Amino acid sequence: MELRFDKRINIFCGHYGSGKSEISVNSAVSVKSAYDDVLLVDLDIVNPFFRSLDAKNKLESLGISVIAPEFANTNVDVPVIGPEIAAALRNQNRRVILDVGGDEDGARVLGRYFFDIPQQDYDMFFVFNRSRPMTRDLSETIEYINEIQLASRLKITRLINNTHYLGETTPEDVLYGAELAREISEKTGIPLAASCVMKGFKHDIASRIDHPLFVLDNHILMPFK
Amino acid sequence: MGEKLLMKGNEVIAEAAIRAGCRHYFGYPITPQTELMHYMAKKMPKVGGVFLQAESEVSAINMVYGAASTGKRVLTSSSSPGISLKQEGISYASGAQLPAVIVNIMRGGPGLGGIQPSQSDYFQATKGGGHGDYHMIVLAPSSVQELYELTVDAFNLADKYRILTMILGDGILGQMMEVVNFRDEEKIETYDKSWAANGHKNEREHNTITSIHIDPAVLEQWNIGYQKKYQLITESEQRYELYNCDDAEIILVAYGSVARICKGAIKEAAAQGIKLGLIRPITLWPFPVKGIEKIIDIPKAFLTVEMSSGQMLEDVRLAVDGRKPVYFTGRMGGMIPTVKNIMDKVMEIKERHS
Repeated sequence: MELRFDKRINIFCGHYGSGKSEISVNSAVSVKSAYDDVLLVDLDIVNPFFRSLDAKNKLESLGISVIAPEFANTNVDVPVIGPEIAAALRNQNRRVILDVGGDEDGARVLGRYFFDIPQQDYDMFFVFNRSRPMTRDLSETIEYINEIQLASRLKITRLINNTHYLGETTPEDVLYGAELAREISEKTGIPLAASCVMKGFKHDIASRIDHPLFVLDNHILMPFK
Repeated sequence: MGEKLLMKGNEVIAEAAIRAGCRHYFGYPITPQTELMHYMAKKMPKVGGVFLQAESEVSAINMVYGAASTGKRVLTSSSSPGISLKQEGISYASGAQLPAVIVNIMRGGPGLGGIQPSQSDYFQATKGGGHGDYHMIVLAPSSVQELYELTVDAFNLADKYRILTMILGDGILGQMMEVVNFRDEEKIETYDKSWAANGHKNEREHNTITSIHIDPAVLEQWNIGYQKKYQLITESEQRYELYNCDDAEIILVAYGSVARICKGAIKEAAAQGIKLGLIRPITLWPFPVKGIEKIIDIPKAFLTVEMSSGQMLEDVRLAVDGRKPVYFTGRMGGMIPTVKNIMDKVMEIKERHS
């Protein structure tokens, strides 16, 4: 089973450090295989480091457009959102991926598009990694879901389980995350869209889950890699 | 086995502090260390601790002075410009011999500079950014796991010697995510705190926490006492890592995240048939002179690599004491040295000593 992006607008949100940027970049690549005009918006106005904008050159070479807040990746730590983002959200011929900043603080920027997104064909993915310290159990993870929905003025429509320990990930870790996803689904009614593993993951996992597996390429690299 | 989590450097410092028994945090937000405060704000209320965002760094460091005076474990954190603002309080707390932990996740300077990683506060941290003859113990982790372990150690060292201990990291370390394996239980060492101003209950004399001594002869005696303590720390607390040093032609000297780039260069050099080694200071003060002494006869030359104009370089030269040439390469202003930068310098040195 493959993860399909059926909607025109795909939004990725979640607790910071859960892998939203890497998943957004991979989603853009995936959407590009089916659609011509694809735009990735790096909408992170909270964290100036390790962002999807870092993969700009690679994405542009694949024909994917990338835009980001005005001063991203410079020393000016000022969140300025350009008008081209709203324009893209209204353009019915464009497939748009929004990589949103972490937590409710990062999601708040979506509230500004209250007259652009809810009326449109969109999915909002909540990405979580159960090995992160603040999204370990049901109640604290649901707290993030609620806070992000409130701040963004949008409803989360799908879950992505991105539970991993970088190079030390085992299939059991992924399944442990999927278990939490199931609990969240039961409690909130939000369906699980996919679990993620990195390309080259040497264990069989697809046969052990009942939902799509999203295989990720590593696009955002450390300076010493 | 203890809990295993995927954490950012900044987060792990906060978690480690809580595990080390710290229940008092005072600070003011600044990129690139803000996640530390974010984590503290969320976690401290849950463990019955105090998180307070002060109105400025100056307030925060004086709150640290107050809390430390009562003998409680206390933490503050900031990044370069904020640490500059804290210097007066750091000098006062050093004069009053208060134990506390200060975190500096360095960014590019001088002045407001930028938000990208840097190591240009080495002088400020190790040579005293504030006034007076004082030192802080300065620890330089180079991974998220080590940030955890050294933060716990920092609290123990601070209490042991009644001294400020600084964790000196940079924007890369603060922002990067790695797997951390926590111990089931922390070894929280307890030391005599009968000096603390925590209420005498009419059962003992007042304890006075101060850095003012009006009679110069008395002040000199205090200073002599501080220096004895610094001497003891210099003798007993030097830490370093030696990596690949046996038969190395050139030994690199680097701390923190730059040491990891150096390890990348060592690998690259090995592929080209060149033997490089690395000494990584883990304590920047006291500087690991003993580590340099151990390897002094091995290489033809030393190469110091820093994200600065060459600050630790001076301590390396003092330790090497003219016995071998010491070269330098580095980047500034938030730029990160690459394996190629290091290899270019290595080739240049090899040429000169062939």
